[in-house]
Amino acid sequence: MSLELRGIHKRYGAVRASDGVDLRLEAGEIHGLLGENGAGKSTLMKVLSGFVSPDAGEVVLDGKAVPLGSTRAAIRAGIGMLHQDPLVFLPFTVLDNFLLGSGRRVRRTAAARELERISGEFGFHFDPEAPVRSLTVGERQQLEITRLLWLGARVLILDEPTTGISAVQQERLFATLRALAAKGMIVAFVSHKLEEVEALCTRVSVMRRGRVVGEAALPCPTDRLVEMMFGRVLTPPPREAAPPGEAVLELDGLRPSERGAGEYHLAVRAGEVIGLAGLEGSGQRPFLRTCAGLQRPAAGRLRVGGLDLTSAAYRGYLDAGVHFLPAGRLEEGLITGLSITEHFLLAGSAKGFSIDWDAAEADAAARIEGNLIVGRPGSTAGELSGGNQQRLLLAMMPPEVRLLLMEHPTRGLDLESADWVWRRLLERSRQGTAIVFASADLDELLRYSDRILVFFAGKVLREVAAVETSGEDLGYLIGGKERP
Amino acid sequence: MTWRRVLSALLPAATAVAVGVLLLLSVDAPPHEALRLIFEGSLGSAGGISSTLMAWVPLALAAAGLVVTFAAGLWNIGVEGQIVMGAVAAAAVARYVPAPSGVVLPLLLLAGMLGGLLWGLLVGVLRVKGRVNEIFGGLGLDFVATGLVVYLVIGPWKRAGSASTSGTDLFPREAWLPTTGSLTASWLALAVAAAVLVLVYFLMRGTYFGLRLRAVGANSRSAFLLGISTSRHLLGAFVICGALAGLGGALHASGFHHKLVPAVSGGYGFLGILVVLLAGFRAAWIAPIALFFAVISVGSTQLQLRLQLDSALGGVLQGVLVLFTLLAGGWQLRRAYRSRRRTEEGG
Amino acid sequence: MEATLASIVAAASPLVYAVVGETIAEKAGVINLSLDGSIMLSAMAGFATAYATGSVLLGFLVGAAVSMAVALLVAFASVELRLNQIAVGFVLTLLCTDLSSFLGDPYVGQRVSGVPHLAIPGLSDIPWIGPILFDHNLSVYGSFVVMAAAYFFIFHTRRGLELQGIGERPEAAHARGLRVNRWRYLYTVLGGALVGLAGAAYSLDVRLGWRDGLTTNYGWIALAIVIFGGWHPVRAATGAYLFGALSIVALKLQPQLPDLSQILPITPFALMIFALLLVSQDWSRRLADRYPRWRRLLSGDPPTAIGTAFWRD
Repeated sequence: MSLELRGIHKRYGAVRASDGVDLRLEAGEIHGLLGENGAGKSTLMKVLSGFVSPDAGEVVLDGKAVPLGSTRAAIRAGIGMLHQDPLVFLPFTVLDNFLLGSGRRVRRTAAARELERISGEFGFHFDPEAPVRSLTVGERQQLEITRLLWLGARVLILDEPTTGISAVQQERLFATLRALAAKGMIVAFVSHKLEEVEALCTRVSVMRRGRVVGEAALPCPTDRLVEMMFGRVLTPPPREAAPPGEAVLELDGLRPSERGAGEYHLAVRAGEVIGLAGLEGSGQRPFLRTCAGLQRPAAGRLRVGGLDLTSAAYRGYLDAGVHFLPAGRLEEGLITGLSITEHFLLAGSAKGFSIDWDAAEADAAARIEGNLIVGRPGSTAGELSGGNQQRLLLAMMPPEVRLLLMEHPTRGLDLESADWVWRRLLERSRQGTAIVFASADLDELLRYSDRILVFFAGKVLREVAAVETSGEDLGYLIGGKERP
Repeated sequence: MTWRRVLSALLPAATAVAVGVLLLLSVDAPPHEALRLIFEGSLGSAGGISSTLMAWVPLALAAAGLVVTFAAGLWNIGVEGQIVMGAVAAAAVARYVPAPSGVVLPLLLLAGMLGGLLWGLLVGVLRVKGRVNEIFGGLGLDFVATGLVVYLVIGPWKRAGSASTSGTDLFPREAWLPTTGSLTASWLALAVAAAVLVLVYFLMRGTYFGLRLRAVGANSRSAFLLGISTSRHLLGAFVICGALAGLGGALHASGFHHKLVPAVSGGYGFLGILVVLLAGFRAAWIAPIALFFAVISVGSTQLQLRLQLDSALGGVLQGVLVLFTLLAGGWQLRRAYRSRRRTEEGG
Repeated sequence: MEATLASIVAAASPLVYAVVGETIAEKAGVINLSLDGSIMLSAMAGFATAYATGSVLLGFLVGAAVSMAVALLVAFASVELRLNQIAVGFVLTLLCTDLSSFLGDPYVGQRVSGVPHLAIPGLSDIPWIGPILFDHNLSVYGSFVVMAAAYFFIFHTRRGLELQGIGERPEAAHARGLRVNRWRYLYTVLGGALVGLAGAAYSLDVRLGWRDGLTTNYGWIALAIVIFGGWHPVRAATGAYLFGALSIVALKLQPQLPDLSQILPITPFALMIFALLLVSQDWSRRLADRYPRWRRLLSGDPPTAIGTAFWRD
């Protein structure tokens, strides 16, 4: 059995997400789809699973054409997709999620038995009546895989499945995938992480800018893959060890919330970069948001630049030189309908009643140039690409920032933009800004942090120096274990 | 391709007329005569023009206030109650402050603003502190305001002699808005309304407050993170709209009815929402559209008198116009989106 | 006392239709804000039909059809054109109300025989419950059936689960092969049908007759009760009965408080709206967490994707 994609085209506005893609996947193999963020992998898989309809092209499974643009047709043909953020219904129970949309007329008890049977084969365990909201991302993935298998999937597509799961869960996932491939399923594994693809897949296709630029059987020399992925060699920006200055952030027994277990003691000095590692939901988010002044701590003390801000309102934090960059650029950072000029006006500290639009536009134009933003003063934030949105957010930062807190600074960015972002950030740190950032990208954490705090189950499990730690060590620590 | 734009603006209007004609035919009424009556009733006589202008005042003021609340992302359904409370406050001044015009009138207008402002603030507090959706908080307060007016008109402020739902006694002459010549419309009311419209336009376009308000309305979370106090701005929007609506109520009570009547808001609040929708939330379009709606509203009261038709026909025309404008706008966007997709596929 | 309870059940039955219908539409993610207008228009159309044809049944059918048409328009504007659902609903409310006034003039003050009384033999003799629940007419019994059927459908059938999924997270429903937008049309129109029955039930049963503004504000109250009911048909129906009780109490107080007799009818509306204050607070969510088995009944959260348009690309 084989799955073929022929001549898939898909455009979003000016962006050619899929630019004439031909691909062939065989049963029994785990086929990796490798490429940088924005290379077009996700779009291709969404076309394959019927979630999105392509502009042109066809999909042939086992000799039969699969109707495109219909998730029903894809499911009926046996194509199942596990989305990066598993598309589950959070308030509903595990069993409800298992059943919803299956089209099967089964009694709940029979379905519960099926759930247990299939999940048991792979070592998953579920409480059928638990709300899915209470499951970790890894567990939600397991549930989705179980469900897709129950529906008779012959093709399993996984879109960046390892973001936000622990090393232990990842091992189990890989074992599951190998077992499924051995049973004759077609498995497509989409990722931008080289090591994972090398560890798991038997064949790999590399995508760049909407096209498949190369194929290889694994194992194969890493350089070849890198060359296909990037077409060039990458050099990380230079990092000088600047001597850290005075204490900028001091946490003394800080407890972000009543229910959470975390109690934090930390001192961050000017110019330091602290990385927060850990799975989604391990405590980094409440930690960062409490330090940003968005959440009132339940206990403990917090000082910024010597000033006690424990019971201060958000405004107090802003005045003290704290700046927070959220992960959701359009949800919490920018305002879709407003223009770049208007964003700069809002971010600026100008007091006064009326706006001088001409001056504001000129100022915006200057800052656009200075920050390499692709856009005009009148462009709205929603019109900008992800990379440019992040440039805008960075350009909106006040000139003097004492403490910069960031959630996932380069999520969803292409390599160039991510590179540029960190160059700017390191400039700031050289000027004395202390940076604390959370990231799911272990490379990023290791490359840019001085110290890394590993979060697990709501607490800081360990604090490590970045230079002394490897990616594998970190992967295990995130899952709560030491590397064996 | 501006002819397409013109067409898309005219099509809803044509539809409204067509619907009107159909309805009139369905009740065996002469359509041509009826439509002519509407315009004659509102523009064909000095009395009609005065009524139209005095209807324009609360409508335009309410709409101007609603522009502010819409910018903040709010559906201020409570605007009706805010108009009413403005009228109530004005009536209180007229009743209890015997003084020459120069004193009573400014007090009356201020009271109107204050009454509406407080009523708007209530909705705001319910929304910001009580997390009650402003649609329902506003509705509840509309009910309360209506109840209050009825109580006052039948009870403590009833007409000397027998209580009547036609309203209180007339205000003392000093509390009537000044007019000129034979026009019973008050130049003061018109001047105030026009000035307010200009101020609101400037407020929304040219001030930081207006920009911040729009930010809050577009994405309150991002606005908060940027350091904007969302609750203060939301409350501010309610306060401004309430004050303007209340002012409209006061001007209408003092300049048109010259007394407090149960239906003092006249539905101008809800109609104001339609005006703003038709104006695409742009302050510059409020004045002409409100005037057009005032013409229809006032004119259609003639239908009752002359042709025994329900004056609600005016409301139908206005409603169809706004509905089809919204639909046409949505349709345009859909078509533009689809054709953009199609041209891309060719490439 | 039984007579009072029975009259509450009867008086609230049109509202039960409306809140169940709107709950279904909103569960699918579509807000039909036109209720106040469509109930009014359906009431007028139903009455006019019954008057013209002599058939009360036909009146109900036409009433349902009218609101279905309005709901179809709401669905089209929301699903296809992706317009703001509040805006479209609001305009339709005013439009339908004015339409009902204009077209209803000839029928003001006319008489029509209402829904015939039909006590259920045997059941209506049960002491206490009998007269309260089983001594009514078909319209009232219909409201019971509708409430129970909606509850059963939403929470105990496969399609009902899918309905919940569509309003909760349409992308996930879409990924599972459900035709989100098609179902949204269907459920909105179905909700509209029930809303139409509510209108007809007002003009042909509870408030037999037609006059301008017969059902004023009942649509708004229905919308509030849907929220109060936490998008659960039985809880919403309970809200309707609560409102009915408040109305009956206000009615009974009128002769005793003659000065306030004009305001009394308005108070149930105001009180009900402010009951929303209670429901909007955190305690309902905390209760739901404490008693997970009763989560469905206790939690007041809206379907997450309510009011949003869904499109795939």
